[in-house]
Amino acid sequence: MSVSILGRLLGVTMGITAGALLLSGCGDGGGGSSASSGGNVIPIGEYASLTGKEATFGQSSHSGTLLAVEEINAAGGVLGKKLELKTEDTQSKAGEPATVVRKLITRDGVVAVLGEVASSRSLEAAPIAQQLKVPMISPSSTNPKVTEVGDFIFRVCFIDPFQGTVMANFAWNTLKVRKVAVLTDVKSDYSLGLAQFFVERFKQLGGQIVAEQSFSGGDKDFKAQLTAIKASGPDGLFVPAYYTDVGLIARQAKELGINFPLFGGDGWESPKLIEIGGEAIEGKFYSTHYSPEDPSQSVRDFVTRFKARFKGEVPDAMAALGYDSVMVLVDAIKRAGSAEPAKIRDALAQTKDFEGVTGKTTIDAQRNASKAAVIITVKNGQFAFVEKVNP
Amino acid sequence: MSEFLQQFLNGLALGAIYALIALGYTMVYGVLRFINFAHSDIFMVGAFAAYYFSNWFGRFLPPSSVLGATIITLASMAACALLGVVIEKLAYRPLRDRSKLNVLITAIGVSLFLEYAGQLWFGADPKTFRLLPSQNVHVGDLVLNSNQLIVFGMTLILLLALRFIVMHTRIGTAMRAVSFNHQAAALMGINIDSIISFTFALGSALAAAGGILYAMNYPAIDPLMGVLPGLKAFVAAVLGGIGNIPGAALGGVLLGLVESFVRGSRFSTYADAIAFAILILILLFRPAGILGKRVVEKV
Repeated sequence: MSVSILGRLLGVTMGITAGALLLSGCGDGGGGSSASSGGNVIPIGEYASLTGKEATFGQSSHSGTLLAVEEINAAGGVLGKKLELKTEDTQSKAGEPATVVRKLITRDGVVAVLGEVASSRSLEAAPIAQQLKVPMISPSSTNPKVTEVGDFIFRVCFIDPFQGTVMANFAWNTLKVRKVAVLTDVKSDYSLGLAQFFVERFKQLGGQIVAEQSFSGGDKDFKAQLTAIKASGPDGLFVPAYYTDVGLIARQAKELGINFPLFGGDGWESPKLIEIGGEAIEGKFYSTHYSPEDPSQSVRDFVTRFKARFKGEVPDAMAALGYDSVMVLVDAIKRAGSAEPAKIRDALAQTKDFEGVTGKTTIDAQRNASKAAVIITVKNGQFAFVEKVNP
Repeated sequence: MSEFLQQFLNGLALGAIYALIALGYTMVYGVLRFINFAHSDIFMVGAFAAYYFSNWFGRFLPPSSVLGATIITLASMAACALLGVVIEKLAYRPLRDRSKLNVLITAIGVSLFLEYAGQLWFGADPKTFRLLPSQNVHVGDLVLNSNQLIVFGMTLILLLALRFIVMHTRIGTAMRAVSFNHQAAALMGINIDSIISFTFALGSALAAAGGILYAMNYPAIDPLMGVLPGLKAFVAAVLGGIGNIPGAALGGVLLGLVESFVRGSRFSTYADAIAFAILILILLFRPAGILGKRVVEKV
């Protein structure tokens, strides 16, 4: 017990020391930042979970972002200046986003911040971007609360009320389930929000929620919850959680002899889902933002370019949204004719029908984008496209 | 009723793993009177050792075969036993005659070192772990997984082996003597250093076995995977009476059962809170733990 307390104390002490170093660096950093934004580059910041529990989210998103920045620079940059991408790792940990975003803005002097995938971590960084008046674009945080933080916070993906509705309709119409159990991660705003919107819609359709169980992200043992769920006799289980947990949940469900369908949201999107879940994840469904199998020309081109740049890796939704977040930002900088944060913000708010890889992006009054969702299943150890649902 | 039995089985499997880790805490405490906080990270290293061994040996020794799995497990246990001995020699032995608090802080340091060095060497993202194929066994309404059965079997075998070593061998007798009184044991010609090294080797090997069993049941391993099970095993050791070997096993199983039943109820979010609340309650009413004896400290 005391190891964690002492460990935390140690962590706090180190944090304070690091903070003090940061502050002491601020004096000259402030001068440096204005110099760099006046120079030949436009610095933009990115914070992502490159390591830790949601590492594939951050890595995919970062690859997409990187590809977009490289393409823009190869084509001559924006307003005659090159983009300079500064990336920080949040290690999939609470507490990191606030620190790294403050550093990106105050020390590196970035004109806009891109990130994060996980809603809880976007929610942590958003107040800082808002307070320092630098626009932040989240590529794939779907919890509605993220953009409610303030008028400098945007996103280029759909939000959970839509995703919850899509999955409720899918469960009701396609899977034909009537009694559903829900298993939520209480540590994640994303999971709680998505569960709530799903339940609302599913009840509206006339469905019944027979069990609501919860766990805390990072848990390894779900058998107790799954046993209780199984005993409540549902014919489907909705798991709005992230892929590491979902992989283990699917395996343990199989070990308990559960054979009703499992389905979830875009938090499942990762090759690790199949690696951890193994054959237990076969035939399960989730909703996400895009499918690399989409036949449209822009998606096919994007997949080809992405594969060429990243050794044949197929871009997932996080990569596509990371790419689009840069493109939307660049479009706004062009229309603003300036790389000043406040002007970029105003231009971002007027983004209309911007053609990206993940479809048309129009920023609405709540600074959200409304986009189509796709439903994916796992077939023979591969992700397979099922259907596309327009808003 | 079948739900109750199923939860009971789930809890038993979880508790068996806590028991294996708790044994290491309790043995080191018995001999040295301090809590080796790095123990939970040796548990993690055990799982990673098995992960790398199964990748290396995988070509000529399939990890899905019984022989392959046994050799991989034994190799990981040996590697962790060695790690435990090295840690004791480098970090704890030089401080043995200082205040107990110094060693305790050092143990926390070693624990953090292993966790963060692990993130550097193994990477922070979870790795998938495969050993032996998993199969379901149906008994009426109950479902038992082959991995759970292995956990029961292994825990039982290791417990009996440990009991045999401690109660019926010369080195076990020496361990008990050292635990009773260092100076008197040394005067009787027992080499204290080697007995303590042996205790660490034994405890660390058990932690490695626990780590592998844990990874077989929950096949996503990461460098921080030891933190929570380690904490719970520590609770289990205190619950049973720290320094008492059957107590640690009992404490582990009890904690696993409580956790399983709480998680399966409407209060699943509070499972950890309840586990620790039980610790506080037991310590209020039985400060020495369930099987612990009250010892009067001589000053």
